[in-house]
Amino acid sequence: MTGQPALRVQGVRKTFGDHAALDDVSLDVREGEVVVVIGPSGSGKSTLIRCVHQLEAIDAGAIYLDGELLGHERHRGGLRALGERRVAAQRSRMSMVFQQFNLIPHFTVLRNITEAPVRVHRRARSEAESEAMELLERVGLADRAHHYPRQLSGGQQQRVAIARAVATKPRITLFDEPTSALDPELVEDVLRVMRGLAADGMTMVVVTHEMAFASEVADRCVFMEAGRVVESGPPSELFTAPRSARLRSFLARHHNARPTTSTVESVS
Amino acid sequence: MTTLSAPPSEAFDDVATARRRARPWRWAAGLALAAVAAQLAWFLVNNDRFEWDVVARYLFEPTVLSGLATTVLLAVVAMAIGSVVGGLLAAAQLSDFAPLRWAATVYVGVFRGIPPLVQLIFWFNLAYLLPRISIGIPFGPEFASWDANTVITPLTAAVIGLSLVESAYMAEIIRAGLLGVDSGQRDAAKAMGLTPAQTFARVVLPQAMRVIIPPSGSQFISVLKGTALVSVIAMADLLHSVQVIYNRTYQIVPLLIVACLWYLVVVTVLTIGQRWLERHFSRGHTAATSARRPTVSTSDGAAA
Repeated sequence: MTGQPALRVQGVRKTFGDHAALDDVSLDVREGEVVVVIGPSGSGKSTLIRCVHQLEAIDAGAIYLDGELLGHERHRGGLRALGERRVAAQRSRMSMVFQQFNLIPHFTVLRNITEAPVRVHRRARSEAESEAMELLERVGLADRAHHYPRQLSGGQQQRVAIARAVATKPRITLFDEPTSALDPELVEDVLRVMRGLAADGMTMVVVTHEMAFASEVADRCVFMEAGRVVESGPPSELFTAPRSARLRSFLARHHNARPTTSTVESVS
Repeated sequence: MTTLSAPPSEAFDDVATARRRARPWRWAAGLALAAVAAQLAWFLVNNDRFEWDVVARYLFEPTVLSGLATTVLLAVVAMAIGSVVGGLLAAAQLSDFAPLRWAATVYVGVFRGIPPLVQLIFWFNLAYLLPRISIGIPFGPEFASWDANTVITPLTAAVIGLSLVESAYMAEIIRAGLLGVDSGQRDAAKAMGLTPAQTFARVVLPQAMRVIIPPSGSQFISVLKGTALVSVIAMADLLHSVQVIYNRTYQIVPLLIVACLWYLVVVTVLTIGQRWLERHFSRGHTAATSARRPTVSTSDGAAA
């Protein structure tokens, strides 16, 4: 399986009405790679990972996970859409962290984390619970296992959501602006957890506005605008020597907005 | 003024020492309510025409209790059928298959639009319109058939009529409940790899129940009271059983009070049950003491 990317996005198009949210987007993610997607609001970043996770159906192109076509199967020499149950099975090999956390409010923290391992992956509950406790330990919330999500702060909820996402040992984890809904002082705790996962070699696609995080953690950075991939490459190249005028102005705006992101400066 | 052992200087006010405001209008309203209550109690006790001894004599009369049992049974059956059918109708209305949506909308419109009393009489007289009831393929062969006059008894007419009305109301209540669940919850459940059935049963429905239960409780109470309508098709419910007695004894008021007391008892029990269910399904929603609403900040606003 060497040489085959963990995730391949190939010529994907997605339209909402007559607005093209994704326009011929292609992207490969190798196993263990951390790809950070940046770009202005409405550039299609979130739509891209929602399409990868089959939460939105794509209109053209194809997405492969470990070489397997997602959402469709070959049938009588053509393609046809898969049924919901098989799509669910494909989804269960990936996982996703949402901007608004989306923890299940009537499940305790522990239940949120064990639900997929127990119900989808048919793991023994006791085993799933002890692994969930290890994950909670890791995100610093072991003492909150029996709380309900609403009893936690936003930053704590997001760390639980990350624990939930990795509990199923996914092939790839998708992060949809995981810190955008957080108060500034809570962002760092979440980023620390994500850095830890990246250091462990998890394959990640992260949509974010945290430029410092991008330049520090990303193996590769992808800049999107108006539904297209404008530029991609290692963050050291992208941030120091942007080729396109659009990226230059985007980076300039972000430098102005956050004068304290020293990591970006230290790279340049 | 409140005197303190060491009077603080003018600069340090402390609201802990503040006195409560006098509220004279509350006292006035309280006195007025007490006067009305006293008058009402006087009327109930000193008006001989209530005939409380007759009320006491018939309260536990076997025919009254059996009428009560019929009333409760009818309400429970209508509510059970109504909830199941209403759930299916709600699913149909939310379906992305248009003909299913139309069919459900017509069903709800018709059975919610015609007064229940009219429907009951109509179903009771179904045999006129449809002498034989049969199961088979439309316009094709029949598998089984019955004489409508034997199938449509007061009981079946009552069950059919009340269930149809109930299902139309429940469809609307359940649909609103399902629509009220945040779409992020469906996304999260899908993202976890749950199948559509698991997503519905474990994530969406329990949250919808919070919205569904309070109006369903009211609906249960109104179907319970609606069972009184079946007395017009000679079904021996609570109201019919006291009517049979007062038609013989002419003690109309005391016997109606017997019926009222039983209706109030059952409704009170139902209300307690509803409160319990509401608490059960508010798990994880009530203890929001420290929870803060996530503030959605725009990209550039979220400074590090």
